[in-house]
Amino acid sequence: MSDAHHDNHNPHLAHHFDTPQQQFDTAKMGMWVFLATEILMFGGLFCAYAIYRGNHPEVFEFAHQALDTKWGAINTVVLLLSSFTMAWGVRAAQLGQKSLLVILLALTLLGGVGFMVIKTIEYAGKWKHVSYDSPDAWYSLFIGERNAFYQKGGTLVNPEQAKAAKEYVGGHHGSDHDADHAEDQHTPDAPDTAVPTLVPVAAYAMPPAIDRATARPAPIGSLGTAPAYTGEYAAPVLERQLGIPENPGHSYPGFDELHAQDKSRVHIFFQIYFLMTGLHGIHVVIGMGLIFWIMVRAAFGAFGPSYYTPVDLVGLYWHLVDLIWIFLFPLLYLIH
Amino acid sequence: MTDTHAHTAYAAEHPHDTPHDKPHAVPLWLLAAVLLALLFLTFVTVAVTWVDLGPANIWVALAIAVVKAALVGAFFMHLYWDAPFNGFVLLASFAFLAVFIGLALIDSREYRSLENAPPPAVRPAAS
Repeated sequence: MSDAHHDNHNPHLAHHFDTPQQQFDTAKMGMWVFLATEILMFGGLFCAYAIYRGNHPEVFEFAHQALDTKWGAINTVVLLLSSFTMAWGVRAAQLGQKSLLVILLALTLLGGVGFMVIKTIEYAGKWKHVSYDSPDAWYSLFIGERNAFYQKGGTLVNPEQAKAAKEYVGGHHGSDHDADHAEDQHTPDAPDTAVPTLVPVAAYAMPPAIDRATARPAPIGSLGTAPAYTGEYAAPVLERQLGIPENPGHSYPGFDELHAQDKSRVHIFFQIYFLMTGLHGIHVVIGMGLIFWIMVRAAFGAFGPSYYTPVDLVGLYWHLVDLIWIFLFPLLYLIH
Repeated sequence: MTDTHAHTAYAAEHPHDTPHDKPHAVPLWLLAAVLLALLFLTFVTVAVTWVDLGPANIWVALAIAVVKAALVGAFFMHLYWDAPFNGFVLLASFAFLAVFIGLALIDSREYRSLENAPPPAVRPAAS
């Protein structure tokens, strides 16, 4: 096969490139520039992580116990294995091993599925509803649902807190069923006088649940000394909600050992956790879509030694997703 | 033939190697060795948390992560054989990230006293 044959007849060679090699190198450089922007996008979250961990190390040491190192390690291994099959797949494409390429891409895709299934299991355990009537409500600041804020009318609103604030002001007169649907607008049958305005963001450090759970007002300006924050049921609640052992042992602080202000800041860890792993999870899903796409094309014999650019570039993307997880795993799961 | 490839770094390093329609493929044993190294380092980074190194724990964990990232980048992502510019792009992104995070961290500790002050008492606003 001569160069003249390439230049005149290669269906993949665009007219503005001299050679397939030049075209390939250009595509690869473009992919690397894109990957650099991806790293910088994640960099903002790593920066937030560094600042908050620097300012509240005890919060991170405490809250990371809610993450299961076993699942994190398994997911790391799953991603590494799928990275290996991806790299092997690029090799298979380069060598023209078409059926092996399809098999390896399928295995890589399976790795992505496994990763997302495990992540779903992990998320489900942390994103759950806790009734404000339950004694656990004190600790529901840690749970994902309570970390959800959206902007409405110039204030940041948590739907859970807006609902609870309405219940708090309205007492138990309204039915709970109505309250479930009242998070973002007034229900028609709710008395107007009893419906609070949206809770401003400054209120999130002291949700109405605190007052309801203790059945007495918290002391003004002394959130950290509110009596119900410590006590006999603190540890069992953490164990039930977060899977944190009652006596964590060794060097990790228990909830009672946290600085008074830090007790209301545990959600910071989970906000960073959900954002970092969530953005990473979106990338895994996108990568799975791309792998599926090139797997279908590979099944139709689109790739071979003379043209494998898409396989190589999707591989680079998949490896970057792996690369970012390599940093997320120790930073979130292995805090010491 | 040489005219096609002579301008690439890869071809410069492997003048005896195959032409473009038989591209450089990473040997399978090397990919497997890298995988085993990555799995081993994953175990090490978990095992390090069983040992109390004080403040050094996070730096050991990050150093292991950097080594793992370098293995992935060099061999899985072909940077070892690639045009050096691609690796330069990667390193440049890390350099700018370091500038970004470093500048952001310069004054972050200045706010600790404020952050540990008692919070204002806020009650749910009733209309």
